[in-house]
Amino acid sequence: MSEPVRRIKAPVRLAFEINAGHALTGFLRAIAEGRFLGQRCVSCHKVYVPPRGVCPTCGLLLGEEVPVADTGTLTTFCTVNVPYEGQTMKLPYVYGSILLDGADIPFPHLVQGLPVPEVRMGLRLKAVWAPPAERKPTMESILWFSPTGEPDAPFASYQEHL
Amino acid sequence: MRDVAIVSFAQTPSLRRERDKDEVEMLAPLLGEVIERSGIPRKEIGFTVSGSSDYLTGRPFSFVIALDAVGAWPPIEESHVEMDGAFALHEAWVRLQHGDIDVALVYAFGKSSLGSLRDVLVTQLDPYYTAPLWPDAISLAALQARALLDAGLCTEREMAQIAARNRAKARQNPFAQLRGDFDVEALLASPYLVSPLRKHDCPPISDGAAAVVLAAGDRARKAVSRPAWIRGIDHRIEPHSLGVRDLCRSPSTTLAARKAGVLGASVDVAELHAPFSHQEVILRNALDLGPNVDINPSGGALAAHPMMVAGLLRLGEAASRILDGRAKRAVAHATSGPCLQQNLVCLMEGDP
Repeated sequence: MSEPVRRIKAPVRLAFEINAGHALTGFLRAIAEGRFLGQRCVSCHKVYVPPRGVCPTCGLLLGEEVPVADTGTLTTFCTVNVPYEGQTMKLPYVYGSILLDGADIPFPHLVQGLPVPEVRMGLRLKAVWAPPAERKPTMESILWFSPTGEPDAPFASYQEHL
Repeated sequence: MRDVAIVSFAQTPSLRRERDKDEVEMLAPLLGEVIERSGIPRKEIGFTVSGSSDYLTGRPFSFVIALDAVGAWPPIEESHVEMDGAFALHEAWVRLQHGDIDVALVYAFGKSSLGSLRDVLVTQLDPYYTAPLWPDAISLAALQARALLDAGLCTEREMAQIAARNRAKARQNPFAQLRGDFDVEALLASPYLVSPLRKHDCPPISDGAAAVVLAAGDRARKAVSRPAWIRGIDHRIEPHSLGVRDLCRSPSTTLAARKAGVLGASVDVAELHAPFSHQEVILRNALDLGPNVDINPSGGALAAHPMMVAGLLRLGEAASRILDGRAKRAVAHATSGPCLQQNLVCLMEGDP
């Protein structure tokens, strides 16, 4: 018996268009202008950034749009040491949950601008935006977050948002 | 068996392209509407199940994102089928048979417009022998139509008449996408899309969503004056390989109909999930429907065809005619897979 067939070639390529929806479209347009836009739940009054159309705990369409600061507090983080295909950041680097001032839900993004061992919960951060000419309605318009130099936020200020 | 009924139904309009809303924004108002219409408080829902496909959206776990629309807090008991919402409804019916809960929410959503639908559907085929050839969904349906014509079981004129009748009936359906009066001669004079199918033999590409609330026994009686009782529901599947099947017949529909108690039952209304005109002929034969049955009063899948939703629409449209007293007994059918591979049949009845 000859060698068994171990592989076949069956290429699949499908192209899709994104339909961002009302909430995400508003958020991404604001990002292209260098600002954050949240939306408030009509029932529990939490401010979601990015807004995803509905409040996932209440199941209701979100209400008014709320401008949110580009500064915030690092609530938790991890350090990436593993290389993977398509990686653009230099190892090791930090990926964190950032509670923007005025938001109720932390927001994931990269943390840069300080040595990895110094990254800690409660660190105060500010968004570093791409130059205005390079900003587009995409998350890449925010390069990363870096320290503001303010004193760390007390644990009590973000313990409900972990 | 425990008595279980559809107590409310809601749907979005079927659109060629829903540009403004994402899936969650489509679903949230719809779920609010179907729950309100049931008269049952949201907190009484003991089980939630949905039908959708990530392949339509091109996004993994799109069904998990859709859960945002449910308000899954405090945590809920939830399930999902990568199938039409009609099959999710079957799961909810089974879940209600357990007897520990009385109310279930079923929903389905599909944005068929985001990719090339006829190619996306190739990914459901056998990955070794069939999918690498990229036989698109319309071509496979054409294969079946050709077999049916060659067997003398229908004519191209009959197919055009089916398309015209469904779209004429859809004039009464404000949620339908393709409706109006079509001249059969003019339809037959139009060119083939994929021979022997012309454009009118094919379903529109639709974005849409639908939802149903199921309730058991006294909870259903308390909720609405005339519940659409599910007297029987069953689904059966045929082999994956198209060559193994007799494409002119639908033995899985016949078997499901027998198990659901449809065969021999007199029904007023039949909502058949036949995306392609010739498939209505196959289903009518498989279900042995009499001449007095009103087939697809909603306009059926030829008038609106949101993928993963169109089957649940059949159940909802049939149920709504019992809920409002227009029909006494109705049969609803849903299909999945190429050339009617898998079929669900449901018999519903109102109280006398």
